[in-house]
Amino acid sequence: MNSSKNTVKRLLSGFKPYKMQLAAALLLAVLNVAATLYAPIVTGQAIDLIVDKGLVFFKGLVPLLVELAVTIVVVAVSQYFMTLFLNKVTFSALRDLRDQAFDNLSRLPLSYIDSHPKGDIISRLISDTDQISDGLILGFAQLFTGVVTIIGTLVFMLTINVKIALIVVLLTPLSLFVAHYISKSTFKFFKEQTAARGDFTSFVEEMTGNQKTVKAFAHEDEAEEDFEALNLKLQKVSTRAIFFSSLTNPSTRFVNGLVYAAVGIFGALSVISGHFSVGKLSCFLTYANQYTKPFNEISGVVTELTGAVACARRVFELIDERPEKNDSHLPNLKHVDGSLTAEKVFFSYDRKRPLIEDFSLNVKSGQRIAIVGPTGCGKTTFINLLMRFYEPDSGRLTISGTPAADVTRSSVRRSFGMVLQETWLKTGTVRENIAYGKPDADFSEIEAAAKAAHCDSFIKRLPQGYDTVISDETGAVSAGQKQLICIARIMLSLPPMLILDEATSSIDTRTELLIQEAFGKMMRGRTSFIIAHRLSTVRNADCIIVMNSGHIIEQGTHSQLMRRKGFYAKLYNSQFEK
Amino acid sequence: MLKLFGYLKNYRLEAVLGPLGKLLEAIFELIVPIVMARIIDIGIANNDKPYIYKMGGLLVLLGVLGLAASLTAQYFAAKAAVGFGTQLRSALFKHINSLSHSEIDKLGSATLVTRMTVDINAAQQGVNMLLRLFLRAPFIVVGAVIMAFAVSVRLTLIFLVFTPLIWAVIWIVTKRTVPMYKSIQKSLDKTTLIVGESISGVRVIRAFSRQADERANFKNSTKRLQDKQLAAGREAAVMSPLTYVFVNIAVILLIWFGGKSVYSGSITQGEVIELVNYMTQILLSLIRLAELIQLLTKAQASSRRICEVFEIKTTVSDKGNKPVKPVRNAPAVVFRNVSFAYSGSERHALEGITFRADKGETIGIIGGTGCGKSTLVNLITRFYDTSEGEVLINGVNVKKYPFEQLRSGIGIVPQKAVLFKGTVRENMQWRKQDASDSEIERALKISQAYDFVHEKPEGLSYRIEQGGRNLSGGQRQRLTIARALTGSPQILILDDSASALDLATDAALRRAIAKNTSGMTVFIVSQRVSSIRNADRILVLDDGKLVGQGTHKKLLADCGVYREICSSQLSEKEAAHDE
Repeated sequence: MNSSKNTVKRLLSGFKPYKMQLAAALLLAVLNVAATLYAPIVTGQAIDLIVDKGLVFFKGLVPLLVELAVTIVVVAVSQYFMTLFLNKVTFSALRDLRDQAFDNLSRLPLSYIDSHPKGDIISRLISDTDQISDGLILGFAQLFTGVVTIIGTLVFMLTINVKIALIVVLLTPLSLFVAHYISKSTFKFFKEQTAARGDFTSFVEEMTGNQKTVKAFAHEDEAEEDFEALNLKLQKVSTRAIFFSSLTNPSTRFVNGLVYAAVGIFGALSVISGHFSVGKLSCFLTYANQYTKPFNEISGVVTELTGAVACARRVFELIDERPEKNDSHLPNLKHVDGSLTAEKVFFSYDRKRPLIEDFSLNVKSGQRIAIVGPTGCGKTTFINLLMRFYEPDSGRLTISGTPAADVTRSSVRRSFGMVLQETWLKTGTVRENIAYGKPDADFSEIEAAAKAAHCDSFIKRLPQGYDTVISDETGAVSAGQKQLICIARIMLSLPPMLILDEATSSIDTRTELLIQEAFGKMMRGRTSFIIAHRLSTVRNADCIIVMNSGHIIEQGTHSQLMRRKGFYAKLYNSQFEK
Repeated sequence: MLKLFGYLKNYRLEAVLGPLGKLLEAIFELIVPIVMARIIDIGIANNDKPYIYKMGGLLVLLGVLGLAASLTAQYFAAKAAVGFGTQLRSALFKHINSLSHSEIDKLGSATLVTRMTVDINAAQQGVNMLLRLFLRAPFIVVGAVIMAFAVSVRLTLIFLVFTPLIWAVIWIVTKRTVPMYKSIQKSLDKTTLIVGESISGVRVIRAFSRQADERANFKNSTKRLQDKQLAAGREAAVMSPLTYVFVNIAVILLIWFGGKSVYSGSITQGEVIELVNYMTQILLSLIRLAELIQLLTKAQASSRRICEVFEIKTTVSDKGNKPVKPVRNAPAVVFRNVSFAYSGSERHALEGITFRADKGETIGIIGGTGCGKSTLVNLITRFYDTSEGEVLINGVNVKKYPFEQLRSGIGIVPQKAVLFKGTVRENMQWRKQDASDSEIERALKISQAYDFVHEKPEGLSYRIEQGGRNLSGGQRQRLTIARALTGSPQILILDDSASALDLATDAALRRAIAKNTSGMTVFIVSQRVSSIRNADRILVLDDGKLVGQGTHKKLLADCGVYREICSSQLSEKEAAHDE
């Protein structure tokens, strides 16, 4: 409870830059409610002047109708501007929140991003923030106007007629009670429905999303059977949930009707006994109709509010996550000659499971280093450490004589060109994608890089050539072609050191050969780290590092290692076994 | 939308009872102001207390009846709408199951999922609201005008002027804001895309130190989003005040001219109140109607997307095919001059392919990216139909087989390792539903998956999460191989299915398959020479054409493309190394 209070407090503090608009909105809300409640009084007074045949006081009627007109204008204008201010506050605060969250996201260490599902982070930034604006901010406005309306109505009613006002006051909790009861039981049914819908959706995602596999195994009939079962379950709970949730309106309408009838009867009786007028009765009838509305809204708002607070907490969690240490005061890495040493490096993702232990390595400028070993031996982790995506638990990495930890991360990363097995393209044109590492490159440079990566010819065949919009998901370019574009990206930025992690795994061997040649040209004089499954790619390295469970177990050239007849030789020979 | 109404067929009664109940409720509601007018004009005017009690009782009764009518209506509407959704889901799922790979390629499976879930939900919601409101709201508007007419013909004129006016305001604002909300949704999608990309591309972004640009990009996007939201908000903010103004101008006119009528004695004081009440009822109903229309346009769009799927008919069908008898002593698979082009593409993906695979043979298929290797094996299972030529299995054209018979004889391991939520055992029983544990274990052993499955305490009952998230890529791949092997198919197709395995595992896998699959015809699609060099026959594809077939040795001697592939992967000595 305390923590949700803090969350709300913090959310409210997000409104600070817009406090003038917020204050204006609240003031206008009070004005709006007051005028809205005043209108029926004037109408009632006007009706009291229309008594019977020949008994209509037109002289008194004119100023009253003018007053009514003014009141109406006040209601309309105040409501319009209140909405505008509220929108301004809501959407600005929402945007601030999103910007803050994204800002921090872009500074978080890789460990956060690697360990959190992508969908989860996206929903914090998109749907959770939406929920906050819908639930909390609009809800807050509704709550505020609701409370003001209730208080205002009470005051107005009490000043007109205490007895009848009391009837209304006593009957309205009934509506509140009904609404509460319905929303409570509805919640249960909705939860059931959400669960059933979740099961249904994930089944459809599996079966429809993998329709080709389903077909391959002629599994359609079984799938349909399972589907029917889930569909029937969904039907059962959905009917219930939809029915119960649709009870709120009729039920509150009913309670409203009761209040209306009660006011009608007692009002009429009071008129007869002379304490009341027909105009006041009509005014009360209007109030009776309006009075229960805010109660219903408030009970709806409460559920929304709790939901919004939960969402806000998730967004704040992301904002509060500790970013990578600020290193802007450190100097940049300069004069990279390509030499690199690792001294007694220890690292693990999970303290309970040590991964890299006592890892030392000495790489001379311009050397070509290949890293091989079974899955999970720590090859990719080593890359993560080189790029400073993760920091070693202990030990030291030195690049060109400078300890990596003493310079900025960005300068270390920029000194490497990296091509990963998992290609990543940004949604944008081919041109933008190739120039990602060097945004100011001119077209001839881009084209030259594409040619070097052997992707120029297929790019030219795309519908808009270099201006074709591609993305990670488009089927327009194949996995191999994506990899070629990623290689072109590196060919353009030409950093002093290279990391190729299965960089050509999706490319056929003949193209690969051409790429290798291009790499060969590029790697001349550049230090490079190569990870590959295909040992043919590895064979020509100056030094092959064989890793197994976080340790370097062998190290040397291809022929040295083959002569040792150790792990590497076994691995190498296994590809020719029958 | 109308097209889909057929799915209400089994819920005809409910679909009629729902709106009828709402209509009744509306009638009761329209009577209320009359009763109140009577209380004022008769009860109060004559000091008749019993009459007031009687009429008050009538008001309560009307409320009760209204509640009863409304509850019945909601119940039947919910039942009919959900029934509609359920039937529609079944039909659509069945229809999607009948589509072939060609159609799925065209639509994309992601959209199919959205249409099955989000779109059908929207359509269901649309039907529900339609059943509840399409009679009620217009009825109240028309009813209120008629009631007003009964009170005073002259004053009805005010209704006839202001009702369309209020409707016009609602209609225009809605018309103008709907496209704005669509554009907001687009901006939101764009923002979502930026977040998604900045997560999946985090390594590349940081490698190039482009975080600041990504941040600027995101800020731009949220700024655009905010601008659009504010613009839409400005439009929408007009509606409520403006309708309020119109209704109350009508009320002022009603009081003024009503006062004149009362003065001349043609109507009473109570009737003036009654008219004012009707005016407010009209406003409320019109607002509901506008909401309904908004919802219906959404449902309409969803319905259109659903209909689109229904309109696509499968191009590959086994309708009317009876189980076939294999021709005795026929080769397992024969391709006779087969050409194939993907629909919408002019270029042939395969051209003039002819080869045979005898029972028990192992066929290797090799070639560069996009040369048509996967396409070729997809024709064996008849995922696509050939453009020219024919594919025979056991001497019979694949087009003559029922799918069930054809595909149950084939074990296929697709490139993408897809596993389903459920236990390992359930996943293994996909090809053969009644496969025993020992059969499964045998398959697991061949596919090198036995050890890691048995390291799990649950063994075969180990639960695989959706998409196989709780397994590594290599483990998933080995399980898909085991799945295809379970129940010993006649034909086994491995479509580049060892790419996630390290070399040692890959070698062990090939050894086990060679040893344990005698009598099984095996197709191995690969880019690695080492994976296929021991095949009985190797098919070399280049740009959709079969440029060589034979053993490794023969191809080394007479196929230039093959030699080139080999020399890119193996040293000369290794290439000649024949064991």
